[in-house]
Amino acid sequence: MQEKKRNWLSFGGEVLILAAIFTIVQYAITAGLLNQYYQINLASMVINIILAVSLNLINGFTGQLSLGHAGFMAVGAYASVIMTNMLGYPFIAGLLMACLAAALAGFIIGVPTLRLKGDYLAIATLAFGEVIRVVLQNIDAVNGPAGIVGISRLTTWPWLFGAMLLTILVVVNLVNSSYGRAIISVREDEIASELMGINTTSYKVLAFVFGAMFAGLAGALYAHYFYIIKPETFNFLKSFDILVMVVLGGLGSTTGAVIAAMFITVLTAVLQSFPAIRMILYALTLIIVMIYRPQGLMGNRELSRQTFGRIWGGRK
Amino acid sequence: MKRRSGRKLAMLVMMTFVLSILAGCGGGGSETQDEQINVGINVELSGGVASYGTNSKDGMMLAIEQINAAGGVLGKQLNPIIKDCKSLPDEAMSVSANLVGEGIVAQLGPLTSGNVQGSTSVMMDNGIPLVAPAATAVNVTVDEKTGDIMDYIFRVCFIDPFQGTLMAEFASTNLEAKNAAIYMDASSDYGKGLAKYFKETFEANGGTIVTEEGFVKGDRDFKATLTKIKGHNPDFIYIPGYYEEAAPLIKQAREMGITAPIGGTDGWDSSDMVAVATAENLNNTYFTNHYSSQDTDPQIVAFVEAYKAKYNGKDPDSFAALGYDAVQLLVQAINDANSTEPEAITAALATIKDFQGITGKMTIDEQHNPVKAGVIIEFKDGGQVMKARIQP
Repeated sequence: MQEKKRNWLSFGGEVLILAAIFTIVQYAITAGLLNQYYQINLASMVINIILAVSLNLINGFTGQLSLGHAGFMAVGAYASVIMTNMLGYPFIAGLLMACLAAALAGFIIGVPTLRLKGDYLAIATLAFGEVIRVVLQNIDAVNGPAGIVGISRLTTWPWLFGAMLLTILVVVNLVNSSYGRAIISVREDEIASELMGINTTSYKVLAFVFGAMFAGLAGALYAHYFYIIKPETFNFLKSFDILVMVVLGGLGSTTGAVIAAMFITVLTAVLQSFPAIRMILYALTLIIVMIYRPQGLMGNRELSRQTFGRIWGGRK
Repeated sequence: MKRRSGRKLAMLVMMTFVLSILAGCGGGGSETQDEQINVGINVELSGGVASYGTNSKDGMMLAIEQINAAGGVLGKQLNPIIKDCKSLPDEAMSVSANLVGEGIVAQLGPLTSGNVQGSTSVMMDNGIPLVAPAATAVNVTVDEKTGDIMDYIFRVCFIDPFQGTLMAEFASTNLEAKNAAIYMDASSDYGKGLAKYFKETFEANGGTIVTEEGFVKGDRDFKATLTKIKGHNPDFIYIPGYYEEAAPLIKQAREMGITAPIGGTDGWDSSDMVAVATAENLNNTYFTNHYSSQDTDPQIVAFVEAYKAKYNGKDPDSFAALGYDAVQLLVQAINDANSTEPEAITAALATIKDFQGITGKMTIDEQHNPVKAGVIIEFKDGGQVMKARIQP
């Protein structure tokens, strides 16, 4: 009884903290305290967080090396822009369409390729990402290589915050559910979990579809913030950028993915004036982390109220 | 022991993170100085098209140096603020917002059309003019759907359709070609757009397009299509595309015995062209470009010499020349407006007439495009020779 009450209390506390973050940032934007530069970087930060957290579900928790995340992002971006800009539906319809289209793409790609392992899967997903890009380049209805210009800016802070929250909540709860246990068991030992009666392929596909869906959501938010999308933006280098965030944060840690996404975004923004140093520092950070913390910044641990409880209250 | 050092390192990384945020906050609020004119330079210094951005920035810096040495503009020195947009449109937007925060009166760059379009919304929101050195896509300055002019976006380069028209004029007038074949890069809008305008003008001049073929980026074997083209026996072949494909294409065409003159675009302007296609095969080929560093015009000679002196003998390419012109055009506008207010500069940019740049004399038209000449360059024994300057 006592335990339950405390849980409710801390849940209430979490909601309060989140509401406070949301309100403070919203106030800062409306009151003009955050200039455009900070707003733009805030948007890329949130979009990167969604991308990193969703890729972490595939690469970190399920242990399947996917290099096609930018491809799903492209699917979401184009699907949403077709809905809003070309067909005139409201933004929410664009977001839903983006999720649906990307999830579907994830399913279509996932079913045949997730039977592959390790390097083979990496190559297959890498190839898929490139196929998406080349296909988009050759569709005249979406302007081919020149891309779509003049997308209305519909992505606002409430949308960004809501989408980020939704992504993190779904991923965390999925991982902590019985499905999540099965997904992690696939990562730990595929043969053993198969012996325990777990349908490994279907769990892998499940994780893949969820990961792809949120990448699509991120793509839709991206498209409606940055005014222009073109196939070249979603090339394999974009996939690697997301992968770097996941590895830096720690494979299998949602907290790590969030922290790394924030870190990389800030690093990129701060070093805009020093392109040469940026490339060196970027590489150096990765090398140092990989030497001293090969498991990433957070390893597979999470930051939660239990962690804070341990630090401040000494309670478990 | 090992674990502890790991933890220390994690702390260190976290500290860097926090510090970098603080540094970011500090950097945003630098005040503008009255005696200086802040000019934002938002170019691609890393990423896919880093060479465009770097060369263009070199051209811009040369111009700024010369202007400052001569006493500046309106008695004030130009203060360039250079930032890298990583060849990405979203990064270009972020950089623009950053520059606006630092109090710039105008922005120069980025180079490619897509990155300029990424930057556009920030410039429009804040009412600060942007001068693009080399963004050639039509919809950079005009919204193609609504026909609205982008009020604050200008450029110093000619637009894509003009190059196609230029080569068609040259082919039908100077080379007296009647039957032309088109073999375009069908994987880029650039290739397709140029082919379309070439065809329109060439046919209007009484010529016939005997066949239209396409290749895609990355192709290396063109023999099958070339055999087909050879069967049509054209007296001119137009290849709008980039040098990566054009060079092996020309080599194969000449090896198959196609002797007809071949025409191309500014995408051919690369030293790799001669290295891959060889000097002999390139004879009797021509391409359109923004300017030629071989031009004997005294203004161009002076520019080329100054550029070479500043950058260890490097030959200024079109991007360098266009970057140089972008600065000069902006300075002209500031002088015309007699003000460093972005609105006044924008109004002055829109009405510039007969501005003499390195890449030709230009007048900004109502769509914010310069009306200017283009040049035809001929490959002769491995060297580039200026063949003609064609005024629209």
